Amino acid sequence: MRDIIVSILLLAGAGFMLLAAVGIVRLPDLPTRMHASTKAGAMGAMFTMAGVAFFFADGVVLARAFAIVVFILITSPIAAHVIGRAGYFIGTPLSGAAR
Amino acid sequence: MIPFVINIVYFLLSLALLLAFIRLTRGPSLPDRVVALELIASIVVGFVGVHAIDTGISSLLDVAIVIALTAFLAAIGFARFLERGTQE
Repeated sequence: MRDIIVSILLLAGAGFMLLAAVGIVRLPDLPTRMHASTKAGAMGAMFTMAGVAFFFADGVVLARAFAIVVFILITSPIAAHVIGRAGYFIGTPLSGAAR
Repeated sequence: MIPFVINIVYFLLSLALLLAFIRLTRGPSLPDRVVALELIASIVVGFVGVHAIDTGISSLLDVAIVIALTAFLAAIGFARFLERGTQE
């Protein structure tokens, strides 16, 4: 039972990270690439850490995995905001209707 | 069952790393490359977590914490560098 839960969580995490990577290659401009990588990447890391916590089933590991998830949830929007702001001010080209 | 799934997950994460590296080398502007670097750091955090399951060493999670922290500081530093470079 534990193996099934861990497998599903790990596969979901890897799938979200692969989606983020596909998005960062295929999307046309900076804000959309950031949109793909920030959200899907954080989701993938969260799923992977949930899988780790389920696999070890230990209080210390659970605390560490929870700390990683909280840290990613705090820092990922801040980093995306700061990079997007910098990219906007140096005038990176936009595509489509955003132009 | 777990070792088989872990092999698949390693393959998927390697593919994601390769795609992010394509954007890192091709990216037309510096912010694109910074975004790709951040995604690479996030993928490496996932890699370290899967490797912790693979080897059964739970101390590897500390490495994941440090990588996440370093990636955040690098992103902030690059953004500072970009904004200050435009004002001069």
